[in-house]
Amino acid sequence: MKPSTTLIYDGSFNGFLTAVFVAFDEKINVADIQKNSEVQNGLFSETETVFTHVEKAKRVWNGIRNKSHNAISNVYFAFLSETEGVELMLYTYIQKLMTTKSGKQIDYSDNIVLYINQLARKVGREKHRMEAFVRFQLTKDDIYFANIEPDFDVLPLISKHFRNRYADQQWLIYDVKRNYGIYYNLDHVEMVSLNLKDIHHNKIRKSDAFVNEEYDYQTLWNDYFRSTHIKSRINPKLHRQHVPKRYWKYLSEKKQAV
Amino acid sequence: MDFNRIQEKLNILADAAKYDVSCASSGSDRTNRNKGLGNASKMGICHSYTEDGRCISLLKILLTNHCIFDCAYCVTRKSNDVQRAAFKIQEVVDLTINFYRRNYIEGLFLSSGIFKSADHTMERLVAVAKKLRVEENFNGYIHLKSIPGASDELMYEAGLYADRLSVNIEVPTISGLKLLAPDKKHEDFTKPMLKVRNEIVKYNAEHKIIKSTPKYAPAGQSTQMIVGASGETDKDIMYSATYYYKKYQMRRVYYSGYVPVAGDSRLPAIGSQVPMLRENRLYQSDWLLRFYGFAVNEIVNDDHPNLDMDVDPKLSWALRNMHLFPLDINKAEKALLARIPGVGMNSVNKILHARKFRKLNWGHLKKIGIAFNRAKYFMVCDSKNWERRDLDAAKIKGLILQNSTGKFRKQYGNQLALFN
Repeated sequence: MKPSTTLIYDGSFNGFLTAVFVAFDEKINVADIQKNSEVQNGLFSETETVFTHVEKAKRVWNGIRNKSHNAISNVYFAFLSETEGVELMLYTYIQKLMTTKSGKQIDYSDNIVLYINQLARKVGREKHRMEAFVRFQLTKDDIYFANIEPDFDVLPLISKHFRNRYADQQWLIYDVKRNYGIYYNLDHVEMVSLNLKDIHHNKIRKSDAFVNEEYDYQTLWNDYFRSTHIKSRINPKLHRQHVPKRYWKYLSEKKQAV
Repeated sequence: MDFNRIQEKLNILADAAKYDVSCASSGSDRTNRNKGLGNASKMGICHSYTEDGRCISLLKILLTNHCIFDCAYCVTRKSNDVQRAAFKIQEVVDLTINFYRRNYIEGLFLSSGIFKSADHTMERLVAVAKKLRVEENFNGYIHLKSIPGASDELMYEAGLYADRLSVNIEVPTISGLKLLAPDKKHEDFTKPMLKVRNEIVKYNAEHKIIKSTPKYAPAGQSTQMIVGASGETDKDIMYSATYYYKKYQMRRVYYSGYVPVAGDSRLPAIGSQVPMLRENRLYQSDWLLRFYGFAVNEIVNDDHPNLDMDVDPKLSWALRNMHLFPLDINKAEKALLARIPGVGMNSVNKILHARKFRKLNWGHLKKIGIAFNRAKYFMVCDSKNWERRDLDAAKIKGLILQNSTGKFRKQYGNQLALFN
């Protein structure tokens, strides 16, 4: 039997796909696939560093997509969950997928397949939440700016949604947790990283980075939010279920509650 | 912008609009054009939730709460002593655009009290939508209320700019309507509905031949019924809902538990409980009709005019039809799987996929996510310990209730409280 090997990649999705390519190509007995930032050596395995190669990554991407469109989005979404050990699970998932004749049928009775599906669902839910909970504030440079702090790395997933929707305004969504953002300059979206002096979550104090009118609209939105509840039906538990507390600090309508 | 004036108006006119439960912002296929603002295609988004747990996806306001009608159930009726206000067209447009740009909303839901005449009111609503679409190149979602009695020409124009149109019939029975809204005629409600339906049918036919046919109300029509205001049975409600789904091709019928807003002897008194559980059961039945392939007379009929409050309608149906069960989860066809209590459509689809690979047992089914406590009495699978006792319907119901908890349980618990 061949000795098992731990593959080390650079942490990017393309890097991971390259690692999968290398594993298939060299018929490696994979012990684990790890990010180079968080390597843990196994006792009985060798390590091999994989250099990201876009062409190889593309071949894996196309290979999975040709099996099933559903599977490729599952793989990408689950990868973005940044869950510990997800790489090896994904590798097994891809292996299983490649052995099936048609990728259309999904074996929900298999633990790994079900797990990857559920993980992808979770990331999808977070993506959808971010599409809902981003609150832009208009800066004096005429840029609509928003901070977010999502559970998973969903910025790459929401970029298209916002590009399609706000095609005529400049906007910037910044992930405070992962320290990068996406900026739309009326033509295309680019990745940016900023040196943010302060994080613009809900504060009663006004920041002079934003236009005056901005706070008027926040007040109107707050008023509107408050006038929508029907007193005799109040249900705080359901409310928290839909809008979990960890998101409140960036939602202008929850200013009073934070 | 005169901030204080707008603020005051918004408070009055948003408050009056909150009793409209429709909040859908999905189902349209309007995409962003010419790098304009907004995109209303496919899925809807709930940008926030009210403290009663309902979705906020649209800026839901009245153009005005002045009204010439005096419907007993309505908060803006003529005889009610409330503060009145009216928006200018430009004010609504500015609010919508600015809220939308900040990602607060998916679009606008514009309704109105009826001032002067139905046509006069409808004309103003259409003018707002037109201004948004034509002058602001706004491609977000617009839901307009069709004013009962509005003319066909205006309804045609409304459909060109709006994504969805709706008329609330509010009272499900004609006799109830006579009692509670004597000024309105049943025909006033159905006339705009019929016009919109016909236009949608026409659009679909033309669109097949000429792709550039201008869109007409791409998200269809919806309507709303008040539950618990006029003493109707669940059968009355579900039958008339089915009628509107079939006859007018409604996308949605909403049910709204009546919130007492008026001291009127014809209606439940102020302070009486909102029938939320009943509303919930009606929505469950509605889903059974639309997605699970049930016929309306299987759920409610003359022998069974009201839905059970203590169990959901599917379980209730299953208990009345014990001769069809247990089903073999590894063999039964899709339509039958969908009828097992505790198995939803998502689980049905997963089961159909998974059973091609191996025979499923309880372990698999639990992981897939069925409500095992309810489902186990109605099925067999590749496990040996299925339910062998010959239980009758009442026994099963008792066992299920005993081993489960429900958020509404205290409202119908038939066990007497020990201390009070």
